[in-house]
Amino acid sequence: MPKTMYDKIWEGHVVEQRSDNVALLYIDRHLVHEVTSPQAFEGLRVSGRTIRRPDSIIAVPDHNVPTKDRHKPNPDPMSTAQLAALEANAKEFDLDYIPMDDVRQGIVHVVGPELGFTQPGVTLVCGDSHTSTHGAFGALAFGIGTSEVEHVLATQTLVLKKSKNMRVTVTGELPVGCSAKDVALAIIGRIGTAGGTGHVIEYAGPVIEALSMEGRMTLCNMSIEAGARAGLVAPDEKTFEYLKGRPYAPKAGQWDAAVSYWASLRSDEGAKFDREVLIDGSEIVPLVTWGTSPEDVAPVTGTIPLVESFKDRAKQEGVVKALEYMGLAEGTPITDIKVDRVFVGSCTNSRIEDLREAAAVIKGRKVAGHIIEAMIVPGSGLVKEQAEAEGLDKIFTEAGFEWREPGCSMCLAMNPDKAGPGEHVASTSNRNFVSRQGPGARTHLVSPAMAAAAAIAGHFVDVRDF
Amino acid sequence: MEKFTKISSIATPFPRVNVDTDIIIPAKHLKSIKRTGFGQFAFESVRFDADGNRIEGNVFDGERYKGAQILIAGDNFGCGSSREHAPWAIADMGYRCIIAPTFADIFAGNCVKNGILTVELPQDAVDALVLAAEGGQVINVDLEEQVVVCGNARYEFDYNSEQKEMLMQGLDEIGQTLTAKAAISNFEARQQRMTPWLYR
Ligand code: SF4
Repeated sequence: MPKTMYDKIWEGHVVEQRSDNVALLYIDRHLVHEVTSPQAFEGLRVSGRTIRRPDSIIAVPDHNVPTKDRHKPNPDPMSTAQLAALEANAKEFDLDYIPMDDVRQGIVHVVGPELGFTQPGVTLVCGDSHTSTHGAFGALAFGIGTSEVEHVLATQTLVLKKSKNMRVTVTGELPVGCSAKDVALAIIGRIGTAGGTGHVIEYAGPVIEALSMEGRMTLCNMSIEAGARAGLVAPDEKTFEYLKGRPYAPKAGQWDAAVSYWASLRSDEGAKFDREVLIDGSEIVPLVTWGTSPEDVAPVTGTIPLVESFKDRAKQEGVVKALEYMGLAEGTPITDIKVDRVFVGSCTNSRIEDLREAAAVIKGRKVAGHIIEAMIVPGSGLVKEQAEAEGLDKIFTEAGFEWREPGCSMCLAMNPDKAGPGEHVASTSNRNFVSRQGPGARTHLVSPAMAAAAAIAGHFVDVRDF
Repeated sequence: MEKFTKISSIATPFPRVNVDTDIIIPAKHLKSIKRTGFGQFAFESVRFDADGNRIEGNVFDGERYKGAQILIAGDNFGCGSSREHAPWAIADMGYRCIIAPTFADIFAGNCVKNGILTVELPQDAVDALVLAAEGGQVINVDLEEQVVVCGNARYEFDYNSEQKEMLMQGLDEIGQTLTAKAAISNFEARQQRMTPWLYR
């Protein structure tokens, strides 16, 4: 019977079948960060257990790290304690640990691929829901809770229920001015934030094939916003090319065997998907979210939808609440929304290609006078180094952007990078939840080019006219 | 872990849709390296205004729903991040069961690990339970029988048999898995032959 890529990877990792669709699944790779791991390590100590395969783990701090003044003492004692706990745990359990002052440090989901740790066909977990990012390589990658982190540390397995197969095919060709972020938002806008619940989404079609590895990561990253625990893209020449020579990638003697295994992973012709969604990529336009759920999207050329245009009463109530929180009225043109703050960063859009995309818009221009702060936070030290080698940092700082050290930063505002109450933020991150970027902050999710354009214009604008 | 068999309690109605993990527990409170003490920060934006003053009449504070062990929630409850701090916070508030039309996958999985039962019921059943909760009625949840009873109404629910066993026995899942150590070692030996580059 023809199989999907998800079926193949799943079946290749079953240690024991427990019941019809529940199995003990082997986990190949594990990324660990400071926020969701301390209680797991503590659990191991309390029960006197050890880590089964330290060689399957990379530990790196990201959520909580300061993005400036790193040489100064961290003023937040709880944050200091959490960062210190990660370092101590990594030492105690003998893990590959990337400290804050290492050039490889960055957001887990940028670091894993960059080091070649993420590979096709592996099962990869992390105590973070955006682990779905790594699916861009054809890895079965998903976020887990802290109890599961402990379970993987101790046993290298998880008891899991197999998800259903879903395929999202994006046909045609993406118009100029649109990027992977717009594809992700378009999909979520179409299927909703619960549209992928219980499914693993395979992204296919010419638009996906044409995306760079960075673009595929942006897309898979937001699978979780569509309710799916994981996203997948079939590995191809671009994938192999990207991985070749990276530190954790297979070495010369094993490379050919690895590539032929990776190439065998793609879904078979005629494989059955439980759900299929078809999207015409040529109709995608730059999108902006106006509410407090990633499904609240509108084209930049459009308006905030009318409350009565939603059929479901619960959703109508949600929209009223969201608009009240956002301080916006139904029917308002998107380009009338003024922006107070701009954030280019996060595991969705902080890779070199994202920064190039932003720089192309910013070059030679200035951030609008009323913008309180516009910051660019590279996803890792290596991205930062590359951007500086290309002179992008100059373009940003000359325009009035801040150029920061790598980390999650204002994506979740756990460190001092936050927006104030009532401020509208043009953000390249992935969640526009209430108070996500600071208490009362109003987040609008956009692509890097759209965020850059909003910084210059001071309100949302169609980057295609820019 | 405390065993879950059945509970009988009043319930807190909170039927908002798409309640995300940032609403359940905001990121700024995730810096603790312990598992306890998150309840005081739970649903912060629902309970406190921007200046930190308690919002009068919110369902989580005050006498009305005090002691409730059941939370009646809206569709897609727990969407967003994988933070287990969300169920830790909910458990810390005293809840042992959440009833909603649907839950986000990772959140539901995290609940089981912390002895919290998540019950999925159709929207109209949840609507009826919200009314009952607002009226102060006692709701009975029986995991063994997989049924929710409230007054004359009876709602059966589906539940995964493995997770049911875990909750009912209060099992240590890691201990359970380690009984399959030999199978794990066999898997590794085979995998190392086939994909040696995954081993260092
Ligand atoms: S950048 Fe944001 S979404 Fe990504 S891992 Fe960090 S906090 Fe999570």
